[in-house]
Amino acid sequence: MKKLMLTGVLGVVTLAIAGSAAASAATLDDVKAKGFVQCGVSQGLPGFSNPDANGNWSGMDVDLCRAVAAAIFGNGDAVKFTPLSAKERFTALQSGEIDLLSRNTTWTMSRDTQLGLNFAGVNYYDGQGFMIRTSMNINSALELSGASICTNTGTTTELNVADYFRANNMEYELVAFEKSDEVVAAYDAGRCDVYTTDQSGLYAQRLKLTNPGEHKVLPEIISKEPLGPVVRQGDDQWFNIVKWAHIATVNAEELGITQANVDEMAAGDNPAAKRLLGTEGEFGAGIGLSNDWAANIIKAVGNYGEIFNRNVGPDTPLGIARGINALWSKGGLQYGPPVR
Amino acid sequence: MAVTDVTPNGPGSAHDDSAPKVALLNNPEIRGWLFQVVLAVVVAYLAYSGWKNMNANLQAAGIASGWAFLNNNAGFAISQSLIEYNQASSTYGRVYLVGLINTLVVAVIGVILATIIGFLIGVARLSKNWMVSRLAAVYVESLRNIPLLLQIFIWYFGVLRLLPQPRDGLDFGFFGLLNNRGYFAPKPVWGDGAIYTLYAFIAACVIAWGIGRWARARQMATGQIFPAFWVGFAVIVLLPVIVFLAAGAPLTWDVPVAGGFRPKGGMTIIPEYIAMLVALSTYTATYIAEIVRAGILAVSKGQTEAAHALGLRSGPTLRLVIIPQALRIIIPPLTNQYLNLTKNSSLAVAIAYPELTSVFAGTALNQTGQAVEIISLTMLTYLTISLLTSAFMNWYNSRVALVER
Amino acid sequence: MSDRPHTAGIAYVRHDMLSEQPAPSTSRGIVAWLRESLFSSIPYTLLTLLCLYILYVIIPPMVEFLFTDAVWTGADRAACATQAQGGMQPDGWFGACWAYVGAYTNQFVYGRYPDAEQWRVNVVAVMFFGGLVPLLIPAAPFKRENIVFMAIVFPVATLILLTGGHFAVGGLYVPLLIAAVLVLAVVFAFAKLSESDPMPGLRSAGLLFVALAVLLFILGFDFGLRPVGTSRWGGLLVTMVIALTGIVASLPIGIALALGRRSAMPIVRFASIVFIEFWRGVPLITVLFMSSVMLPLFLPEGVSFDKLLRALIGVALFSSAYMAEVVRGGIQALPKGQYEGAMALGLNWTQMMRKIILPQALKLVIPGIVNSFIALFKDTTLVLIIGLFDFLGQIQSSYSDPAWSSPVQSLTGYFFAAFIYFIFCFSMSRYSQFMERKLDTGHKR
Repeated sequence: MKKLMLTGVLGVVTLAIAGSAAASAATLDDVKAKGFVQCGVSQGLPGFSNPDANGNWSGMDVDLCRAVAAAIFGNGDAVKFTPLSAKERFTALQSGEIDLLSRNTTWTMSRDTQLGLNFAGVNYYDGQGFMIRTSMNINSALELSGASICTNTGTTTELNVADYFRANNMEYELVAFEKSDEVVAAYDAGRCDVYTTDQSGLYAQRLKLTNPGEHKVLPEIISKEPLGPVVRQGDDQWFNIVKWAHIATVNAEELGITQANVDEMAAGDNPAAKRLLGTEGEFGAGIGLSNDWAANIIKAVGNYGEIFNRNVGPDTPLGIARGINALWSKGGLQYGPPVR
Repeated sequence: MAVTDVTPNGPGSAHDDSAPKVALLNNPEIRGWLFQVVLAVVVAYLAYSGWKNMNANLQAAGIASGWAFLNNNAGFAISQSLIEYNQASSTYGRVYLVGLINTLVVAVIGVILATIIGFLIGVARLSKNWMVSRLAAVYVESLRNIPLLLQIFIWYFGVLRLLPQPRDGLDFGFFGLLNNRGYFAPKPVWGDGAIYTLYAFIAACVIAWGIGRWARARQMATGQIFPAFWVGFAVIVLLPVIVFLAAGAPLTWDVPVAGGFRPKGGMTIIPEYIAMLVALSTYTATYIAEIVRAGILAVSKGQTEAAHALGLRSGPTLRLVIIPQALRIIIPPLTNQYLNLTKNSSLAVAIAYPELTSVFAGTALNQTGQAVEIISLTMLTYLTISLLTSAFMNWYNSRVALVER
Repeated sequence: MSDRPHTAGIAYVRHDMLSEQPAPSTSRGIVAWLRESLFSSIPYTLLTLLCLYILYVIIPPMVEFLFTDAVWTGADRAACATQAQGGMQPDGWFGACWAYVGAYTNQFVYGRYPDAEQWRVNVVAVMFFGGLVPLLIPAAPFKRENIVFMAIVFPVATLILLTGGHFAVGGLYVPLLIAAVLVLAVVFAFAKLSESDPMPGLRSAGLLFVALAVLLFILGFDFGLRPVGTSRWGGLLVTMVIALTGIVASLPIGIALALGRRSAMPIVRFASIVFIEFWRGVPLITVLFMSSVMLPLFLPEGVSFDKLLRALIGVALFSSAYMAEVVRGGIQALPKGQYEGAMALGLNWTQMMRKIILPQALKLVIPGIVNSFIALFKDTTLVLIIGLFDFLGQIQSSYSDPAWSSPVQSLTGYFFAAFIYFIFCFSMSRYSQFMERKLDTGHKR
């Protein structure tokens, strides 16, 4: 019996150790104390958050996590990643398992207001699209009546499809999987005519198909999907840090600051650039960071344009054009409030 | 009495060699109650603190709790539903029902198939034909040692790859179409007067039952054998057919027609369902086969010899002597396998067959975020199915066991 | 006997023994065997032919796919794709792509565990099999020492090796001290109230707390190992961790529950029955869902568990209910005389259970425990649904690698997975049957 008791106690102790205390009021203090940012990402979406064979993560969402880490520690590698399914992501953030959720998450009103979460910006403006086989000779989503549609559960995509097909008076069959790898496998095996998810996701998942060249993404976008980082409600300082980490990359692109010329620009004579990079004014203190917070971000991950081009841009396998993700000055939607 | 003695792992366990003095705490009954009170308090405290934490967490997260969401519109589509389901107006409560029915549909058909396959394989393993018994053994050993989830994947993706695209799918004419969107079967459309056929069927069942009783009573009294089974069978088949024809054959078939993305008309059996059904029944059949084999082997050889000595031929021996005794051994573990199959149907979540876990604890949970309510309701549903099935099988088992002297 | 001499002169009585004749050629050797076991009657012949046909349908395509047409070496997808798909195989080719399995073997075994640290997993594996094999062989000596090693040293060493150790346990010493004082006080008071000697109780409780303090120290000690988060674990490693933790944690809980279910104390019995029947009545996947999305809500704010740990808790609770029933079967199988004998010797309940009932009952249920382990081992695949990368999950996730994507990739991966699972489960089930025969003390009819 003593052994029983011992085992019980051992179990409790192990639990107590493994359960890491996290997330009280000030996330920043916690993060500084443990020395890294715990960042929730997807389980593998090329271009956004994807691990390579050695377990190194890369992608736009991952770069946002690195930017936050760089702003705090001056080191873009002070991040640990937690891969999360669509279902787990909000619980993980609410329970304090992660400090920051950067997992191609759509900003919707109900998520923002009812789940105790705050969206700290939009790092990718997306919209839901359709992918089909080129051999089907279909050029518009309006020709899809009666089609079988594969998607994964736990996303706004299911509801968008329902709305779109209802609005256009079309029939369809929905096959919804728990994991995106299974959606790809089923679509690849011919279970469905159409694969629907965010357009960026379609480009990314297309790489996983047996013959990517035999599939194309239809031009229609049937929904607004502003994807962005999410933090817990009630910690304004942390919210500001994440929000401004993203804005800093956008402003840097607008000001022409790149990873290569960041030191030059800090010493240069553009007042806006100097304010951003901390050689003029005391803006870092306002969010509880050092004055060169933004300079550290740019050194670690580059400006928004560099992040975009490196991960999803035309020269990558995904080959996505800037489109609405261009700067506002170039006809896009990325607009950074001034540092002033 | 001694079983109530000492707390199993409370602090009292250190008192193994206490002197036999009669102190209050050495009274086994008092010790027992003390331990039980401590246990009850600990359990109650854990439940209370869990409840309190949950409420605090939900409040902090701003998640509304309660069952009101069941009346909200679901707004997503489900690929298979046997009851009316409309994505525009159906509620989450309806989604639950659709999921539950889909679970039962795959579980009930799966149980029937698994029983048939299992009995065949179980008997085959005992066959004197070397080839048959070896092949049955290989079947059992290979399938039961591979995880069910893996088998489901293999069936699903294997079947999908083997079946043709809709545009060059297989056409069986009247018997429907087969392609990788599923099997499209002709759907019966009943006309006026069709209901009489159903009445006739029910009446025929009652008559067959009556004939069976009468034949049995006559055999008991006179020893004459009446072919009750064949007569009853004939009645059950012929009476509805006659009534059906008399009513002017009020039945037409809605035969599916190939076209567009998917065939139009008919009934669809989706590939997810086929894969689930095949995987569940072939996997569970391996366990049933072993149970059947053990059950038959457990009936001693003397029973067969005695039956032969009484002049029974091998058919009646099996039917009247071996099987009733074997069933008594087979039924309790068989119940367990039926329950396992039902619970295993929840693995459908991996291949998007829209049963309870997949559509309610999956999609509905993701859309509403009501984790506590949905997971609890799902678990309670499975628990209820399990308890009801065990209760029924216990009742049946007690009936079978009554035969024992 | 007595009339033997009278036959001596009769001509038609044979006097010398005939030598043994071989059986007729139709009832011996392969011909007879074939006749008897394959073609003894027309239905049997038909059955045999049917079986042969089934074999003909299944075996040659399997052999072609798995061996003759398979690709054994190659650098990337080109080796396993037909020319139409951009590869170098002839069109219409269909064979397994073992080259892909070879390229991914490391990931299938270790997941994304860093290459430089994989020796730690290997050390754990060596320790495990080194401890397990002598434990499984009934004749091997040093069983007791071995069990102590496997029950105490091995889990702690594994925890430290796999995660890297150096846990933040500093804050736990004070609570441990407080708990020690409290427990010692309770033990003392309890002994005083029951008018017995408090020393033995105090001594064992004190030892327990010293052991816990040592354990805390070891867990907190910095061995200089690089920490490896559980999100990088995967493959066979995760499968084994879940299955073994599940079975090891379920044993004590299962024994306690089995005893509770057999107890005469109503509350204890009721609680045990409710616990057992609840977990046995729900599917494992809902338990995993519960532990992944519901459990975090039940914990106090600020406390969170690692994802793998949450799954482990769910699996342990689930399998302990099944283990309880297995153990109960063993306890019930013991004749009543064992209880009566123990009571007649004046043993109390604890002594009776520890020295008489459980040793016999647990020995009886070894095959049952192995069978539960097989079931659990197969059930670990379910964790892939909640996004952990066990062996099957790791294989599935490798399908998304464009470098190897080809139509035969997934089938190859699934066949490989099936083969590995089969090897594990089949050998365990053979072991369980061996133990069953060995423990069967021969009451067969």
